[in-house]
Amino acid sequence: MDTAFIIETIVKIVVILLIFSALAGIGTYFERKILAFMQRRLGPMYVGPFGLLQVAADGVKLFTKEDIIPTGVVAKIFKIAPVITAATAFMAAAAIPFLPTFTVFGYTVHPIVADINVGVLYVLGVMAIGLYGPLLGGLASANKFALISTARAASVFISYEVITGLSLLAPLMMVGSFSLIDFNNYQVDNGWLLFSQPLAFILFWIAAFAETGRTPFHLVANDHELIDGFGTEYSGMRWGLFFIGEYANMFFISFVMALLFCGGFGDGSVAGALALLGKVAFFFFVFLWVRAAWPDIRPDQLMWLCWKVLMPLAVINIVITGFVMMF
Amino acid sequence: MSVENNRNVGQQDYYMVDIEDYPESNWDQFKQVVKRTFSTELFVGLWVVLREMLKFNIHTVKYPEEKLPLGPRYRAIHEMLRLMESGTERCIGCGLCEKICISDCIRMETKIDENSRKEVSEYSINFGRCIFCGYCAEVCPELAIVHGGRYENVSEQRAHYSMFDDLLTPMDTFKAGQQKEFPGFGAIIPGSDESVKKTPLAY
Repeated sequence: MDTAFIIETIVKIVVILLIFSALAGIGTYFERKILAFMQRRLGPMYVGPFGLLQVAADGVKLFTKEDIIPTGVVAKIFKIAPVITAATAFMAAAAIPFLPTFTVFGYTVHPIVADINVGVLYVLGVMAIGLYGPLLGGLASANKFALISTARAASVFISYEVITGLSLLAPLMMVGSFSLIDFNNYQVDNGWLLFSQPLAFILFWIAAFAETGRTPFHLVANDHELIDGFGTEYSGMRWGLFFIGEYANMFFISFVMALLFCGGFGDGSVAGALALLGKVAFFFFVFLWVRAAWPDIRPDQLMWLCWKVLMPLAVINIVITGFVMMF
Repeated sequence: MSVENNRNVGQQDYYMVDIEDYPESNWDQFKQVVKRTFSTELFVGLWVVLREMLKFNIHTVKYPEEKLPLGPRYRAIHEMLRLMESGTERCIGCGLCEKICISDCIRMETKIDENSRKEVSEYSINFGRCIFCGYCAEVCPELAIVHGGRYENVSEQRAHYSMFDDLLTPMDTFKAGQQKEFPGFGAIIPGSDESVKKTPLAY
C-alpha cells in the first residue's frame, strides 16, 4: 500500500464527510423551502438572502446549546447513541461511487473510498446498524416517549429490512455482483434496471422511505405522537448528530437508488455524472414531496404492509426473475 | 339586502360528502386496500401539492412589512373623536361607557366648566383590563368613543393606561381632515337615510 493511496483515501474521506455534513444542513433548507412552497408559504426568508443562512443559524444554535445529560439516563449509552447514527450513515458512504472516475492534473481519481466486492451488502448492512442509534438512545433515555419510539423502531426495522433485502435479490441475480460500480456498468450495457425490475425498484423505494424514517413511515420520531421519539431527551449537538445522520442517510440512499436502478453515472462522461446528481436530487426531492402530500400510517399498518403485501410481492418477483433467467 | 348586511360569506354551494360504508369483513378490507392502492388517489395528493408549488401562488404576508387590511368594524385601541363642525371634543361626559364597561376598565371624572357645561376632567382606559368588546363605542350617544385600528400595543406593565388626551384626535390631524368617521359599532348603518320615515304631523 503506497503513500499516495493512503493520502488519497484520507482526502476522499474528509471531502465526503465535509460535503455530506454540509449537505445535511442544506438539505434542511431545501426541505423547509419545498414544504413551504407546496403549502403556499415562503419558508425561511430573513436570515441571509432568501433565508440561505438559516442553515448557519441552526448550526450555531445546535453547537452552542447546552448538552444536557438528564438524571436517570444510562449516561454512557445515552452519549454514544447519536454517534452511532451519524457514524454509520457516513461509514455506509464508503462503498458508494459518488461520481464516475475522473482525471485531475493527470491524476486519476476514483470518487469512491473503497470499491469492495460486497458494496451493496456493506452499504445496506451499515445503514441498518445505524438503527442502533435510535434503539440505544431511546432505551437509555428514561423517557416514555423515547421508549415507545424504540419499540416502534424495532418493529419497523424487522419489517422493512426484509423488503430491502428481498427486493434487491432479483437485481443482484441479474447483475451477478455486489459492487455498485458493477451495477452501474451492467446498466450501461443492458439498460436501466428500473425498466427490467420495476417491481423491485418500487419495493426498494418504499423500503427506503421506511429506512430513512420519512413520511409516510415517519413512525419512530413522529412529532405529533411521540414528541421527538428517541430524540426527546437529547439537546444540542447530540441531537444534531441524529439529525445529520438522518439527512446523510437520505442522500446516501438516494445515491444507492440512482446507482442500483437508474443507471448511475452511465458511461462515466460529464453528462453521466451530472445525470447521477440529477437523479439523486430527484430522489431527495421525492422524499420532501411525499412528506408534503401524504399522511403517516400507523406502525401496525407498516408491519402489515411489509409482511403481508410487499414481502410476498418481493418473493414472487425473485421467483419470476429466477425462472426468466433459467429459461 | 344591502351588501353591508349580507353576512353569508362564500359561495353557499354546499354538498354532502359521499362516504362509503366501512368495511365489515376481512374480504371487504382487502378489497378496500386493493382499490385504494390501484386507484390514483395517492398520486392526486402528490399532484395537488406539486401544482401549488409550480403555481407559486404564495399567500404569506410578511407581517412587519406587509399588513392585512382591517375590516371597518375592527375593534382595537379606542379613539376619541372631535366634532366635525367645531373641532371640540364630542364627549359630553355622560358616563355611559364607564357604566356599561363589563371589564371595569374605563374611569372618568367630570365637572361643570365655566360655560355650565359638563366637562370631562379625567378619563382613562386601562388596556390591561379592556377586552375590546365594543360596548363603550356602541353605547356612546355622541359617537365620541370609537374603536380604531391600532392593534400593535406594547407596554412595560400589564396595567397599561391611556388617558383622554392620548386617545383624542390631535388638533393638527383633525385640521388636516384626517379624522375618519367610525363605521363600526354604534355608527349609523350605511343607507339608513332611506329607512328614516318622516314624523307624521297630521294627527
